[in-house]
Amino acid sequence: MKKWIVACLLAFGLISGAVAAKSAVPLDRAPDLSNDLAALQRGAHLFVNYCLSCHSASFERYKRFKELGLTERQIRDNLMFTGERVGDLMQAAISPADAKVFWGKAAPDLTMITRSRAGSGGTDYIYTLLRSYYRDDTIAHGWNNKAFPAIAMPNPLWYLQGERRPVMQTVAGPDGSSTEVFAGWEQVTPGTQSPEEFDRSVAELVAFLDWLAEPAKQQRQTLGIFVLLFLAVFTFMAWRLNKEYWKDIK
Amino acid sequence: MAAEYKEISPNAPAGEQLLNWVDNRFPLSKLYKEHLSEYYAPKNLNFWYFFGSLALLVLVIQIISGIFLVMHYKPDATLNAAGVPVAFASVEYIMREVEWGWLIRYIHSTGASFFFIVVYMHMFRGLIYGSYRRPRELIWLFGCGILLVMMAIAFTGYLLPWGQMSFWGAAVIVNLFAAVPVIGPDLALLIRGDFVVGDATLNRFFSLHVIALPLVLLGLVVAHIIALHEVGSNNPDGIEIKKHKDASGKPLDGIPFHPYYSVHDLMGVGVFLMIFSAVVFFAPSGGGFFLKYTNLIPADPLVTPAHIAPVWYFAAYYSMLRAVTTEFMYVLTAAVWFAAFHGIFRAGFGTQGKVLVLGGAVVGTLMLLGLDAMFWGVVIMGAAVVILCFLPWLDRSPVASIRYRPTWNKYLYGAFVINFFILTYFGVLPPSVISTRYSQFGTLFYLGFFLLMPWWSRWGDFKPVPSRVTFTPH
Repeated sequence: MKKWIVACLLAFGLISGAVAAKSAVPLDRAPDLSNDLAALQRGAHLFVNYCLSCHSASFERYKRFKELGLTERQIRDNLMFTGERVGDLMQAAISPADAKVFWGKAAPDLTMITRSRAGSGGTDYIYTLLRSYYRDDTIAHGWNNKAFPAIAMPNPLWYLQGERRPVMQTVAGPDGSSTEVFAGWEQVTPGTQSPEEFDRSVAELVAFLDWLAEPAKQQRQTLGIFVLLFLAVFTFMAWRLNKEYWKDIK
Repeated sequence: MAAEYKEISPNAPAGEQLLNWVDNRFPLSKLYKEHLSEYYAPKNLNFWYFFGSLALLVLVIQIISGIFLVMHYKPDATLNAAGVPVAFASVEYIMREVEWGWLIRYIHSTGASFFFIVVYMHMFRGLIYGSYRRPRELIWLFGCGILLVMMAIAFTGYLLPWGQMSFWGAAVIVNLFAAVPVIGPDLALLIRGDFVVGDATLNRFFSLHVIALPLVLLGLVVAHIIALHEVGSNNPDGIEIKKHKDASGKPLDGIPFHPYYSVHDLMGVGVFLMIFSAVVFFAPSGGGFFLKYTNLIPADPLVTPAHIAPVWYFAAYYSMLRAVTTEFMYVLTAAVWFAAFHGIFRAGFGTQGKVLVLGGAVVGTLMLLGLDAMFWGVVIMGAAVVILCFLPWLDRSPVASIRYRPTWNKYLYGAFVINFFILTYFGVLPPSVISTRYSQFGTLFYLGFFLLMPWWSRWGDFKPVPSRVTFTPH
């Protein structure tokens, strides 16, 4: 019997291993900033400044930012620009119809973006995507992305990052043919942030998006510890009770 | 026959008087005795016997969490002001704004997967210890009915969050019904209530999920338990404890369900809830198996996801569906002829019988090769579940429990389980050459396991069955 259980567990382990994240480019690991309130606040600031113009987060309200340690006053003064109320859902400034005309498709809602993309890397994917933009004149809006070729969204953070282009190197293959491989980035014009600062900003933005995807996550995990502790006591008592009754059975 | 009115001394304690008052009007004490305090269960029940009571627990969890979800969920596929389907938005509303809504919803979504885990374990127990055999055939049949209704509930419920996987999963499965000859297209139309999966589909699935199917399920569960308490539990030795009774008529190897199995099951409940809570609180998505990531994107009829995968508990059957390709039909045809030759040359039918078998094989071949392979895929998928109903009559082994069957049976049952896991594994992946080939083998193995059971279950050296259960006091 025990062999069966081990077999079951193994099979599930194998399954989760095999369906794990796959992506066209290797993904950079997004730093875990989920417990860093200041980072999440800066991420929120980046989000409302650089994302919310086109992308909604229509399942959440501004007032939820209170859970990031902000007061309603701070939220209203720093994170809201177009006369909404704190209790409003976060709607994009642009109308979906306009977005469709400008970019060819309406920008997706970002409330659950890190979770809905979890199958292809989740936070790591977004972290990599936002740092993989480069100038490409063959595309109408002038931007391309190594992690998402021919992406409809121009680089939203170019002002921070500046303009870059990929450096390609020609490598001779074993059969004599030559292939072009990516050999790093070349900064064409500087942004307002250094590359290190920019990576940090994107990490904060991604951490914020991950918080936004499930704001109750922290509460869930904290409560879970207490529930499991209670159940451990309960199970221990049930086990002793069972033992006490069953000692009569010969 | 109606019970006589029982008088009790007016000096009796108030509690006793109240109980007597009730007992004269409702068989409370009688039910308590028959189903708990004087319901005798074998004393040698092991680990596998936890899953019956756990299935009942999960059912209660699903009903209660479901009641609270329905208070806030809106089965409406129209778009709200933000351009999001109302149904999808109402689920996020539950997750974000309803007090403890996230907890209730995660309990319900995790409960769905655990219901299948528990029921599959429960069925496996029945399989290895012969719990479906005489006189427990009806318990098994009610159980098969429960599985079928559970599948329908899971399928209709999965549409309700109205995410991409909800929408496209339902679209794919309902389209399968369209492959049925003649009535197919109308059948699919009837299920959808529209020409595409839409608001009408969502509303009827909601109705089926929250009221129609649960009512049927509850009826079947009651019938399952009544039938069980009529004949009593089987046990890992597969022998009847009622054959050996003491002077007062109590089975010698039986112990009262309450308190012995009530405390025993309570321990099982504790362990189960720990595992269940670990998932609810720390991994509610179950690695993408319990909640699909792409289902967090609202349903969009214009964007088909790259890969539409079934939920894990349907994946093995989905593999069998995908295994049935046009070339696989030749294998099935060959199997039909193999069976026909066996019937003609070995089964000892008269001339008329032989002609009938031959005629049946010819008609079968024409249908197998003449109709769309997808239709037969649907048939095989359905047959894989329905065949379980026939188990009591397919098993011809002289003994019930695997403990006293030939040793190689253990490997066969092991292979059956591993095969089911591999089919599940391939079912959630996009199709590939390897997965199709394996699924074809796996489908034949799965069906062969049951269809050839009348023969293989009689082979080999059976071990002597003891007259009393094997039990070591703890």
